[in-house]
Amino acid sequence: MATLGVEELVSLEGVALGYEGVVALRDVDVKIAPGELIGIVGPSGCGKTTLLRSLLGEPELYAGTARVADNTRVGYVPQVETVDWNFPITVEQVAMLGSWRTRRWLPWTSGAERSRARVVLRLLGIADLADRPIRALSGGEQQRTFLARALVRSPDLLLLDEPTSGVDIKTRHEILHQLATLNTAGVTVVLTTHDLNGVASHLPRLIALGEQTVLADGPPSEVLQPDILERAYGQPMLVVRRGHETYVLPVPEEAPGAHPDAEHDHDDDEDHDHAELSVVDAPQVGADHA
Amino acid sequence: MLEPFEFGFMQRAMIAATLVGGVTAAVGVFVILRRLAYIGHGLAHSIFGGAVVSFTIGFNFFLGASLWGAFSVFLINQAARRRQIGGDAAIGIITTAAFAIGIAVISRARSFTRDFEAALFGEILGITNQDLYVTTGMIVLIALVLFVLWKPLVFITFDHDVATSYGISVRWVESIFSLALAATVVAALQVLGVTLIAAALVIPPVVARMLTDSFPRLFLLAVVIGAVTGFLGVYVSWFVDVSSGATVVLVQAAVFALTLAWGLIESRRDFSATQRAERLAGLERSLND
Repeated sequence: MATLGVEELVSLEGVALGYEGVVALRDVDVKIAPGELIGIVGPSGCGKTTLLRSLLGEPELYAGTARVADNTRVGYVPQVETVDWNFPITVEQVAMLGSWRTRRWLPWTSGAERSRARVVLRLLGIADLADRPIRALSGGEQQRTFLARALVRSPDLLLLDEPTSGVDIKTRHEILHQLATLNTAGVTVVLTTHDLNGVASHLPRLIALGEQTVLADGPPSEVLQPDILERAYGQPMLVVRRGHETYVLPVPEEAPGAHPDAEHDHDDDEDHDHAELSVVDAPQVGADHA
Repeated sequence: MLEPFEFGFMQRAMIAATLVGGVTAAVGVFVILRRLAYIGHGLAHSIFGGAVVSFTIGFNFFLGASLWGAFSVFLINQAARRRQIGGDAAIGIITTAAFAIGIAVISRARSFTRDFEAALFGEILGITNQDLYVTTGMIVLIALVLFVLWKPLVFITFDHDVATSYGISVRWVESIFSLALAATVVAALQVLGVTLIAAALVIPPVVARMLTDSFPRLFLLAVVIGAVTGFLGVYVSWFVDVSSGATVVLVQAAVFALTLAWGLIESRRDFSATQRAERLAGLERSLND
């Protein structure tokens, strides 16, 4: 029987998970401490959402033990692609769904619930959209609306499934900034992302999935490695580091001189002393790089 | 104009149609938003089987049909959870099989009595005071279920996959709603008949959906449309001498057609206004240049 350490919010030990008897992930060992900001990365269908939802206790558990600390309030933000955007509901009504347990046997919402929803909408910069139907929202506004529903219940643990998919660079930056602010305020944040360069590389901790298990768990400098990424994505990957920035690029099929296992250290940073430069034409990254 | 109100059977019919129209629309809101319109149609057929069996063995019609409906819903839920079957196929198989049992019992008895005909096509003018009390009781119970389960039901209807993570017992809520749906079909059986119930479940909510983007407003609008068209259908049927159940559905269909036409005219008007504004803006730009 696994027990949670004093500093642990979540503990998965030797876990095998899946749906309807089909194992999606096996041998998963993950511990999450309060206040962490974690990204789950990996190719489509590798089990990112399954791992995220395991923190809600949803997939079937076939082996191991999964524990979430008692009295943990969890807020979940789904992929926007799964939402019925033609549903007749306004932004404020969506936000208030998060507090459905308050006066749960009454169909109407209280003044306090509305005030709480308004405060959260204001915090996320969408208070002026409160009465707008959700079908009339942009991608960033959609994400914020569902973030509002999660925040209305004051979560200790915030889970987000692809929070930056389908949004432009500016909105992506704003969403990440808001998540970082929440994290600084003490909310533990776990998100899945396909965006290795714009999102994952900026997070303090990554969990890489592939081959139905956790391939790596640690800071981006340890997880975003060519060999790990090649195992995860089944394709050679080029990793370029510039100071604290990391860029991951798939190696083109016929890239002249490209070495599949190459990690290209692109500055004088002494921390990256394991670079093997076998890329002839270094990728042009950043305006100041030319 | 007031002639229909002079007869007791017409008064009872108009009250029943108004109540049934309102409650089928209320339940129908959740049915159409979850894209389950087919279940209303299927369940009505399934419950017909229960009604026939109850009648044949001398069991209480309302109780027998309700139990049969509840059992059908239970089987549908169990079967639909298996990925290889799916919801649509589960509804198709179980409700048709339940309907077939009713047909088999009728053919075995070799008689097609008026009661079966009433269940198939509705016989609202034959409603007794006792029928009206039972129907009203069922409707109050259904309304109570919707009242108490409103918040989790709205959540599940909007975002089914996520509801569990917000602490909603989806299975429990869905099971109770399914029973309420079965009870609605039973309550509507004598008013509309098996063949017309699906329309009453679907048309008022769809019309309301075309008129608003707010869920609470949609719900109220659907209930009002359902109740008013129910009343109007029976009232008009007196003058046109057509089956009351069919008239209710035809009135609802007419409201739907009018709303659709109005929506098309409005969207064309909006489009023309936008085009005119763009043309004027273009003209202004060219004048300024």
